[in-house]
Amino acid sequence: MGKARPTQCRRRWHVTAFLKPHRIVLIAIGLGIIAWCATALNWGWLSTPKYLDVLPLAIWRTIWLTVVTMALGMLLAIPLGLAQASGPWYLSTPARIYCTIIRGTPLLLQLWLLYYGLGSLFPQFPWIRDSFLWPILRQAWPYAVLALTLSVAGYEGEVMRGAFKGVPSGQLEAARAMGMPRFTIFRRIWLPQALHRALPTIGGEAVLQMKSTPLVATITVVDIYSLAKRVTQDTFIVYEPLLLLALVYMILAGFIVLFFRWLENRLPARTA
Amino acid sequence: MFGALPLSASAAELLAWSPPGWGATLIVGLGNTILIALGAYAVGLVIGVLGAFGKLYGGPILRDLLAIYTTLVRAVPELVLLLLITFAAKDAINAVLRSYGYDPIDFSGVVAGIIVLGVVQGAYSTEVLRGAILSVPAGQIEAARAMGMSPMTIAKRITLPLMTSAAVPGLANLWLTVTKDTALLAVIGFIELTKATSLAAATTKAFLVFYLAGGVLYLLLSLVSGVIFGRIEKWARRGQRNAEGGGM
Repeated sequence: MGKARPTQCRRRWHVTAFLKPHRIVLIAIGLGIIAWCATALNWGWLSTPKYLDVLPLAIWRTIWLTVVTMALGMLLAIPLGLAQASGPWYLSTPARIYCTIIRGTPLLLQLWLLYYGLGSLFPQFPWIRDSFLWPILRQAWPYAVLALTLSVAGYEGEVMRGAFKGVPSGQLEAARAMGMPRFTIFRRIWLPQALHRALPTIGGEAVLQMKSTPLVATITVVDIYSLAKRVTQDTFIVYEPLLLLALVYMILAGFIVLFFRWLENRLPARTA
Repeated sequence: MFGALPLSASAAELLAWSPPGWGATLIVGLGNTILIALGAYAVGLVIGVLGAFGKLYGGPILRDLLAIYTTLVRAVPELVLLLLITFAAKDAINAVLRSYGYDPIDFSGVVAGIIVLGVVQGAYSTEVLRGAILSVPAGQIEAARAMGMSPMTIAKRITLPLMTSAAVPGLANLWLTVTKDTALLAVIGFIELTKATSLAAATTKAFLVFYLAGGVLYLLLSLVSGVIFGRIEKWARRGQRNAEGGGM
């Protein structure tokens, strides 16, 4: 940990250096705009229990979707990256094709393909309709989770390919010379160093993933975005729900950035 | 408008060019997608060049404002920005028109899409181009200043040509992003490729055929773009050592 200290010192925030005169003016203007938004705009709808009761649940669903799909996507991305970085051709070619397809088509199309396409296919098979999975498959959220997971796996697979290739070969050769079994090398040397390298990129991808969650509202999953849409449809109030949405997403993005910064600082940075 | 097709119609019949096939609808959608992507990319590049120079050489206030712009745009989902800017731009322009006594206009989806995606792209290309400008060796710019060139001439003759090769990979990624972001316009009802696909799918109930066809069109667009950007990168790297560069 001792080696990590200098970077932490450099990152520390100096309040006096930050608060220059023009920044104080800018902050004052910003606070003024926020105060105007809070007082002059119509926030009455927010206090009706119809929306207020759903709000925490909707925010939670956005967070849940981001976290779960990022985690599942990473689990898929590690084999995808590994196959592309060092796999035999019969593994690396499908992995590359998969990443190209995912990265070459819009998430919205993938989402609709899975929800409407697969969803229209399933009811044709009686054994699916009779199975215990049917009550789940009839809902929208499994398709949302599946589409977001597959999508982030495609992008992360590409990131992990670069990260696996970026680990110095000397590290792996040393581990082999120590007589480590292949899986132990992967678990103790290759994967940790690759993840460490990829961490800043993964942090950026996590923000992007959070930003793509509102698309699930188009397949009737109720997240914070679809709640705001419903407010607009019910009350014809346009700007206020959108501003609240922007605020919620900005706070979430801030938390993601802070979390990954904390994670990066926790890891000893010797490779850099 | 379209004659009905039997539910058992084959993929070839469904994708036929003339109605009752939906081929022409998909291709028109693809055209709209490319049109909006090109427009938004151009708007984004203009914002990006100005923003990058502003961030590097501008005064403290300009720099902070640009930092706020890039941070905000990159933290809020494109879909939310799309709705916010569409409504705000529509209201603002119509307010101006009304105050001068003109009739309010109805925004076309193309214009709104280009403005919104352009503003979003601008934030990302500001960062890409800022990195590219930083990659120009300081000695080159100092030499140009020592020769007495004006800042505009330095930008035109030294910085912009030298930064191109460093900027191309990032800009290629941004182009791929904007072609995919145009799909968001489907949510607000504009008929680009994704919306055309979903219309065709919902009408004919042949969901898999049309979504797969739409996916193939997007994939073709991104593969062709990849080839074109590979050429551009080779051209941008001409005269450099390791001219092989290539790839993203």
